[in-house]
Amino acid sequence: MKSFRPRLLGLVAASLTAFAAQAADITVSAAASLTQAFRDIAPLFEAANPGTKVQLNFGASGALLAQIAKGAPADVFVSADQETMDQAQQRGLVKAGQRRDVVSNALVVIVPTAAAKVPATLADLNQPGFARIAIGLPASVPVGRYTKSVLEAAGLWTPIEAKMIGANSVRQALDYVARAEVDAGFVYATDAAIMRDKVKVAFTVPTPKPILYPVAVLAGAPNPAEAAKFVDFLFTPPARAVLAKYGFGKP
Amino acid sequence: MSGAWVALALTLKVAGWATALNLVLGVGVGFLMARCRFPGRELLDAALTLPMVMPPTVLGYYLLVVIGSHGIVGAWLLEHFGIRLIFTWQAAVIAATIVAFPLVFKAARAAFENVDPQLEDAARTLGISEAAVFFRVSLPLAWRGVLAGLLLSFARALGEFGATLMVAGSIAGKTQTLSIAVYEAVQAGQDDTAHFLVAVTSIVCVTVLLSAGRLVPGRVMARG
Repeated sequence: MKSFRPRLLGLVAASLTAFAAQAADITVSAAASLTQAFRDIAPLFEAANPGTKVQLNFGASGALLAQIAKGAPADVFVSADQETMDQAQQRGLVKAGQRRDVVSNALVVIVPTAAAKVPATLADLNQPGFARIAIGLPASVPVGRYTKSVLEAAGLWTPIEAKMIGANSVRQALDYVARAEVDAGFVYATDAAIMRDKVKVAFTVPTPKPILYPVAVLAGAPNPAEAAKFVDFLFTPPARAVLAKYGFGKP
Repeated sequence: MSGAWVALALTLKVAGWATALNLVLGVGVGFLMARCRFPGRELLDAALTLPMVMPPTVLGYYLLVVIGSHGIVGAWLLEHFGIRLIFTWQAAVIAATIVAFPLVFKAARAAFENVDPQLEDAARTLGISEAAVFFRVSLPLAWRGVLAGLLLSFARALGEFGATLMVAGSIAGKTQTLSIAVYEAVQAGQDDTAHFLVAVTSIVCVTVLLSAGRLVPGRVMARG
């Protein structure tokens, strides 16, 4: 048994590496709101760095962090808020000197295009006409945390939480509004922009702290050199042009 | 952790309703498929089995398209009755019922096909109605297979995740079933909650399976 087990592990490892990323591949775990922008940036980076392939993994920042903490082999992590990156840093997954803010965003309230009632203020959402409001789950979705903090500051969290339809990522909240299954939803300005035909922005919600997305090479990155190149690439004019096209601001 | 008991109660409610609906739907369709001969019967059988082999997310998506407030059924319900199904526990029941339906239907069809038609004919010669033939001869003889299918469908409904999440969402205390609560806890990095929920789920499943094992032979002996 003693000699058998390492051999078995070796066999498993060998069969896994056959499917695993090649030496020059990097895996980027990015906040769901960056989906379209990063899908456009990845081929630009690959063209500029022949031989390197970028694998993109999108989800709620909290869910991505949970994956990384459990040993997911990611090289670069982009979170939609500072809190999630702070947690990554506290757990030693990211070194303090490695993180930089890459883009800024804004929180907006959206309604379905065909909606009869359009709220003008946060307090309007307290009216009975808005029975279902999509909000990212504050425990794992940054946009939900931003939403909760502004609603708490306005003294509206308790009544609105009762009408909250929790979304697993900002994109799910967007989808619920686009399908008119909810009366309103909290998403980023950039998300509202990709579904202009199905949702309309009611108003922009001022946030006490600016919404800044931090990026970092992970301490356990399988390919730190290429990962650092990718992070640098995000600050070059071609990448900035793509980010600007999707409505992301400068940090 | 009290949230876990709420999720457990909801999960049992959803799985219970789904199984009750499948008792009627699955047994009815299974009986008709076993007794009626028509062209394209096997094709229909394959189509009815689709919910079991299709990815639950695909099913969830099409359910959203059909029962969503813009969908054919959803728009009709909203217009005539003011009912919105999405994000309700009833939507979770619909999802679980459809996903688990083939398990009951398949088991019931096989069970009815194993019932000797001569026994049914003998009952008819004694002058009892078709309904009585079904309830007093066919169903009691097929009961064991039907019950096995129902238990499997209950277990399947307990663990249903993909389609449920898409049509019922994840509203704590309203539509958040055990499997969805586990997913949420893992996403939020709450490992303790996840472990606890998994323990609860395992205990429930083992209890169901054990009691099923005890119930089935006894019932068959009593009836058969």
